[in-house]
Amino acid sequence: MELPTAAGWVRPVNEVSLSISAGESLGLVGESGSGKTMLSLALMGLLPLGARVSGEASLATEASTKSLMALGEREWRDVRGGEIAMVFQEPMTSLNPVMRIGAQIEETIRAHHPKLSANEVKRKAVDSLRRAAVPEPEARAEQFPHQLSGGLRQRAMIAMALAAGPRLLFADEPTTALDVTVQKQILDLLDGLRRELKLGLLFITHDLGVVAQVAERVAVMYAGRIIEEGPVRNVLAKPLHPYTQGLLRSSPTLKRGALMPIPGAVPQLIALPPGCAFEPRCDLRRAECAAEIPALRTSGGDHAARCILV
Amino acid sequence: METLLTVRELRKTYRRGGGVFSQGTGGARFTAVDNVSFSINRGETFAVVGESGCGKTTLARMLLRLIEPDGGEILFEGRNLLTLRGEALRSQRRQMQMVFQDPFASLNPRMRVSEIVAEPLAIHEPGLSETERLARTTAILGRVGLNEDAMRRYPHEFSGGQRQRIGIARALILQPKLIVADEPVSALDVSVGAQVLLLLQELQREFALAYIFISHSLPVVAQLATHIAVMRAGLFVETGPADKVLDQPQHDYTRELLSAVPELPGA
Repeated sequence: MELPTAAGWVRPVNEVSLSISAGESLGLVGESGSGKTMLSLALMGLLPLGARVSGEASLATEASTKSLMALGEREWRDVRGGEIAMVFQEPMTSLNPVMRIGAQIEETIRAHHPKLSANEVKRKAVDSLRRAAVPEPEARAEQFPHQLSGGLRQRAMIAMALAAGPRLLFADEPTTALDVTVQKQILDLLDGLRRELKLGLLFITHDLGVVAQVAERVAVMYAGRIIEEGPVRNVLAKPLHPYTQGLLRSSPTLKRGALMPIPGAVPQLIALPPGCAFEPRCDLRRAECAAEIPALRTSGGDHAARCILV
Repeated sequence: METLLTVRELRKTYRRGGGVFSQGTGGARFTAVDNVSFSINRGETFAVVGESGCGKTTLARMLLRLIEPDGGEILFEGRNLLTLRGEALRSQRRQMQMVFQDPFASLNPRMRVSEIVAEPLAIHEPGLSETERLARTTAILGRVGLNEDAMRRYPHEFSGGQRQRIGIARALILQPKLIVADEPVSALDVSVGAQVLLLLQELQREFALAYIFISHSLPVVAQLATHIAVMRAGLFVETGPADKVLDQPQHDYTRELLSAVPELPGA
């Protein structure tokens, strides 16, 4: 994906390839500006003004196979919410503050199932709250977002996202604003729903600990590219790319005194280094790293990284 | 070791409910901070960990008297801050500075970095010459990792991590003995947060600073704390040396918080 800026075109998402199967969870890890949110927005047909996109994306469900990049706005409206749904970080800004929770969920259901009767829509809305483990769903449906705690609001968001029966769920930092004990409950809920509904889950986060808990596979992004990908256990226990290694050493754990930050800062998209984007910060760099962008190489099996050392 | 700050039975209650139109009649009282006591030595880090609404920010702000406590004592080098007035309070206050969570909201967008960082000097050392002020500002900015070029620029030109460094420079310029840091890395990216945590650690060793470190995150706190207090509903449910609280938690709530921390395989 390319975006126009005052200083020229930049590529927030660059040569990204990935796949998610039904019932599988892929963790997408990256820091601010890595392109992880842009990627999910592009896959939802929610492009920023002036953006150019090339490449292919297809969504295969029981009913049909769709080429997402060829969809018109009318068709996108059926796909968004109907087949691909999204849960955002901050439920308070994603929910309408002057509309009851139940009515907001009913709106989604009606948009995708216009033939249902009012009673059926209402019942489906309450069912989706129940599925998201909202206690007393009938009573909660009558409440406004401000009457709910942060954790319940996020459950209501999940209920809304799943109300029209999507096959693929994008969750963009859904627990970042929550307390740890609540975070754990939400992660467990998403995990349960994924298995029960055979949902494909794309879980976007900056937190490697969260990824370890929810994802089966993980893709790490840096400056717009996926620089490492593989089964979550392998990537976190034996990271191949020096950036992933640095990110792990930068992540605080309960073990004390093990913190080792990565020197320097993420490069500006407008002034990317000619070779590997991580080269200027990398301890292990060699002369050839600055010459060209490394291809994704596998270390055997399905674990791969964009690094010449692999 | 020398005790720097002692807090005894600090308390703050608010009226619950009410709202704009209720004229403040009736309503139950709600205790934000409930008879909290602790003390901290020079060069140590006392961490307060708890979830949203537990009272940790109210506690932090009371220590600097940004919120007036309802009762208790705050003894800084033996003097009770709550009974000090005017000049005496001001001269104590310069010994304790704050670093805030949000590096975007805590810096005035219309001031240049040099003005932001030098502002405490204008208040507490008004007699300082322009040259001296400039020298102190440059020195402290250099110490937190920002070059001279940063002085003329405005906050919006910096990244989150750099802004947090500006906030730290502002807190350090008066050479305080105590820094109260309220979630200083929770708005930052992982790798940037790690850089800031290490900077705080280095500055602590260099200037024998004491930190009161407020955070919701046990892993973050584990990096710096010498002592940890776990706070829930206004109370310290468990306090002790950091190793003890992390390795042999006594209270169920501490155990719950520890078990909710997502673990990294191999860590």
